[in-house]
Amino acid sequence: MLQTVALSCRRGDRRLFSDLNITVQPGTLLAVVGENGSGKTSLLRMLTSLLSPEEGAILWQGQDIREQREQYCAQLTYIGHLNGIKDDLTAMENLSLSASLVGDHCDGPAAHAALEAVGLRRQAHQLPTKVLSQGQKRRVALARLWLSARTLWLLDEPFTSLDTAATGLVTEQLHAHLKRGGIAVVVTHQEVGLPSSIVQRLRMNG
Amino acid sequence: MNRPSLWEALRGVVRRDLLLAMRRRSDVAMSVFFLVIVASLFPLGVGPEPAVLRTIGAGVLWVAALLACLLSLGRVFTADYLDGVLEQMVLIAQPLPVLVVGKVFAHWIVSGLPVVLLSPLLGLQFGLDGEALGVLVLSLLLGTPTLSMIGAIGAALVLGVRGSGLLVALLVLPLYVPVLIFGAGAVTSSMAGMGGEANLSLLGACLVLSLFFSPWATAAALRIALE
Amino acid sequence: MNWSKYSAPLAFYPLAGKMIPWFSVVAALAIAVGLYIGLLVAPTDATQHDSYRIIFVHVPAAWMSMFLYVVMAIWAGIGMGLNARLSFMMAQAIAPTGAMFTFIALVTGCMWGKPTWGTYWVWDARLTSELILLFQYAGVMLLRTSIDDLRRADRASGVLALVGVVNIPIIYFSVQWWNTLHQGASVSMTAAPKMAAIMLTAMLLMTFGFWMYSIAVILARVRCVILERESQPAWSNPSAAPEVAEAR
Repeated sequence: MLQTVALSCRRGDRRLFSDLNITVQPGTLLAVVGENGSGKTSLLRMLTSLLSPEEGAILWQGQDIREQREQYCAQLTYIGHLNGIKDDLTAMENLSLSASLVGDHCDGPAAHAALEAVGLRRQAHQLPTKVLSQGQKRRVALARLWLSARTLWLLDEPFTSLDTAATGLVTEQLHAHLKRGGIAVVVTHQEVGLPSSIVQRLRMNG
Repeated sequence: MNRPSLWEALRGVVRRDLLLAMRRRSDVAMSVFFLVIVASLFPLGVGPEPAVLRTIGAGVLWVAALLACLLSLGRVFTADYLDGVLEQMVLIAQPLPVLVVGKVFAHWIVSGLPVVLLSPLLGLQFGLDGEALGVLVLSLLLGTPTLSMIGAIGAALVLGVRGSGLLVALLVLPLYVPVLIFGAGAVTSSMAGMGGEANLSLLGACLVLSLFFSPWATAAALRIALE
Repeated sequence: MNWSKYSAPLAFYPLAGKMIPWFSVVAALAIAVGLYIGLLVAPTDATQHDSYRIIFVHVPAAWMSMFLYVVMAIWAGIGMGLNARLSFMMAQAIAPTGAMFTFIALVTGCMWGKPTWGTYWVWDARLTSELILLFQYAGVMLLRTSIDDLRRADRASGVLALVGVVNIPIIYFSVQWWNTLHQGASVSMTAAPKMAAIMLTAMLLMTFGFWMYSIAVILARVRCVILERESQPAWSNPSAAPEVAEAR
């Protein structure tokens, strides 16, 4: 269970939000929507522990994440608006390096399977990612979701530059994750195609 | 729980950076080339008298090595910061200072080690002989990792700051003073027949100190930069 | 009296305002008496004649420059440990004063060097360390001004100040080592083996005066920093509470 308690955020002179209390139960997804600059990404980065809250706290299983940073990091997969992949490495190398660095199980076949699951054809696996399109790079980053067995997924605009087919694949994967009892927080400006019974919407109005 | 062992994470960090360096060999070649050019400019500036060159040789080579290290500092974290790899690294469930040591080690292999290996050749240009050359290599071997460790703090502090290339030089150069003094001092004192041991052990002490302190400072600076 | 309430910048503002005049007066008195004793009462030196009198400015300035750097680093450390804004503001306010004393120490050192050594600059261990200290102050201030986000600027320059504090003794030691290696024992600024009690009095008075002056100036600067930072701009949105739509 992920909770925020009286969370507030200030960037520079601007107060983005204050006194934010939300609870995300296992098996549900929190969709954070709102206009640009309303603090969606800041909220997500706070949830990753990259950004420390100005006031308030974030609780994971009832305990402040600042007191259990490493255990907490071991349970989350974060894909930010930056892809976190290296242009000079191939899709395969990127995926297997980033997965093994965080400790996800990843051998060759698993990596190929993940890349294919996100809709990247075999030919693209051995190309340096700098020759791939924006959408394909995004797919390489998102392929980590197929290797991640972690409970908490934090995604920042995962559907940006994805086509309809890929959006569908990622949504399906999200659904499977929630069915396993996982938790997801997704920052997005479009609707998440999941049953409304498991989606909680948070509207940020800057 | 999905948690890499400390060794796995460390090895992964080093492996990725070395792999990237293999893909972009020109970057490595550039800092080596820079060192050779700078070292070759000095004789042109001060004149070809062997006696003069012998006296200034150690200092010049050390300053050149220091500048070469400084130039390559931008590569330690900047690319990772821009493409999001850095924030993923910070979120690895292992102590960040240890991962920082991995990054710095990879950086040293790519930019420090070539300098060490090349230094005897450049030393010959300045008329350094047998023992002095040995001390020069040894001093650089002990000193360049320290330069990388200290430099990493500066590189992390200026991430995403405008004019970061010049700023990092201003922040880091004063901190390089002791390493420069002990390093060049080792060579000069061995040439004066006093032996370089004292300076070399001081360089070793600097290395140990920087290994102990700088990963923490760098990790703190990285977290600040990513906020 | 509850002191902890003054850790809030806006509560500290009026207190600082009340303290500034007192410290200024004490500083002016101490410096005036110190200069009087140093320049007029203290006896002329046998070898250096009257030129030695610059040490009554030089030595206290050099002491203050190092002392203030350490104080700055301590404030920055407290700021990072306790997440206290006022501490960072103090650190920010100290830097220029520290840099100024470093600069004064360097200039007076050069002025003293001309009649004594016959040249303005000698790579004396103390002068060289002082020069590097000036670079370090410059680095801390430059880093702060290059970062737009105040919180990040505070912390980044704090880390640099702390790293610098670890380095100052190493730099000082290394420069001294280097100096003896190259020149043998050089003439140092405090060559006089036994300082007459009257000279010591003048020097201590000057140091005390500089100290009080620093406090007054730093408090004044901290007030400016507080005004600059704590005035909420009109466009800031005081509270934009997000609405949670439960759909369970």
